[in-house]
Amino acid sequence: MRGHGRIIEYALSSLSRRKLKNLSVAAIFSILIAVLSSILFLMHAYKTETLKLLDSSPEIILQNMSAGRHELIPLEYISTLSGIAGVGKIVPRYWGYYYDSLTSANYTLMAVDADDASDKNKQDVKLINGRIPQTVGECAIGSGVAAIRQIGLNDDFFMTLGTEQNVNLKIVGIFTSNSAIVTNDLVVLTKNDLVKFFNMPVDKATDITIEVNNPSEVTTVARKIRRAYPDSRPILKIELTRTYDNIFNWRGGIVLTMFFGAIAAFMIFVWDKATGINARERQEIGILKAIGWETSDVLQLKFWEGTIVSLSSFLTGLILAYAHVFYFNAQFLAPVLKGWSVLFPKFQPMPYIDLYQIFVLFFLTVVPYVAASIVPSWKAATSDPDAVMR
Amino acid sequence: MLKTKLFAAFIVIEAAALAALYVSSVSTVHLKEPEMALKGSLVRVMKLTDVAFWTEARYTRHPSQADFFTAFQDFPMSVDHFPAGSIVPPSQIHGAQ
Repeated sequence: MRGHGRIIEYALSSLSRRKLKNLSVAAIFSILIAVLSSILFLMHAYKTETLKLLDSSPEIILQNMSAGRHELIPLEYISTLSGIAGVGKIVPRYWGYYYDSLTSANYTLMAVDADDASDKNKQDVKLINGRIPQTVGECAIGSGVAAIRQIGLNDDFFMTLGTEQNVNLKIVGIFTSNSAIVTNDLVVLTKNDLVKFFNMPVDKATDITIEVNNPSEVTTVARKIRRAYPDSRPILKIELTRTYDNIFNWRGGIVLTMFFGAIAAFMIFVWDKATGINARERQEIGILKAIGWETSDVLQLKFWEGTIVSLSSFLTGLILAYAHVFYFNAQFLAPVLKGWSVLFPKFQPMPYIDLYQIFVLFFLTVVPYVAASIVPSWKAATSDPDAVMR
Repeated sequence: MLKTKLFAAFIVIEAAALAALYVSSVSTVHLKEPEMALKGSLVRVMKLTDVAFWTEARYTRHPSQADFFTAFQDFPMSVDHFPAGSIVPPSQIHGAQ
């Protein structure tokens, strides 16, 4: 142990003799780790939160298809669907999109049916300042909509699709900003207001949600629905979670690809180190051998040099990444994730950390770097000291 | 051995800081569990299906509800109108068969 301590002391002295070069390497290494870890932290945090939330989504959503496109679904389907064994509660959903030309933002309009007993529990929503609309002429909006329209509780909210299709609603609730991940662009209004605004036929809904009593029977129920209505499209909850799993993996991959240049530059740098050491380093190894160092001592020295640089850079990079993502809300990655969305929820990722990702990153960066430090030195250390010094 | 001690102290401080950050993340997640439960309840009662990240197009606002199979429409891997189109991976229907 004492021998290792002396070798580490010598390794630190050796590194400090080439201070500028080694500090530059450590800085680049730290930034690279910080960038890669930021991407991994952010994607994992958002993916985990999204998948946890979507676990509460309906088991099956039934869309009607017409000419290969999503079409409004007739409410008469409900009587047939309720006859399928294993089917629980069936609730039609009324929703659509509204492009607000004032702010160039898209809102998602969603209806609550205050007269329907099955919709009563919507009044129990907690993450709202105010309440869910109960009568015609009321609405609740997401915090993003309130911010972009600069409106608040009890203000008027006007939407128009032309001279005939207008609604002027009173804001009775604003969803809290910590629920923005699902409510940021939401405008919740009564069913009557939404049907009138979109001029929807009264015997149709946007889609139908279906609960299944036994979760293991979901695919069987979906198959029976398809048999009853071949032109329909049942979307299962497992498909929702799979979609988001793919999206975050894909988005993470895209961002990683953007940083591919930096990763490639670092790999070339490591490769350069692995394939040769400069004359000064070779001479240093020759002198050490000449004064009595064993080959194993030289290899230990190079191992500790590589470990000192890579381990300290790795730990620094991880701390920077954590601070960037969870304390500074991923300021540098936010523009890449936002795309062209006018309304985007405030970046407040929950700090879900996957230790497996950190271990993988460690073995893909620190281990190759240490190996790249040892291999060329091993070649020099096994040569004749006299020849090496010349 | 001064340099060794300084270096060891530096590594220990960094490792302790990381461990503290990890413990803080676990406790934050634990503390926010009631909030997550409320959000889950919001998703359940409002019957929501997607997160409100990307609002510029139907297939980015509701990727799980978008149809990936109609010809000549906005769909993943079609000619992109919006950068967020890149968030949606190639359709399984096209890719798998």
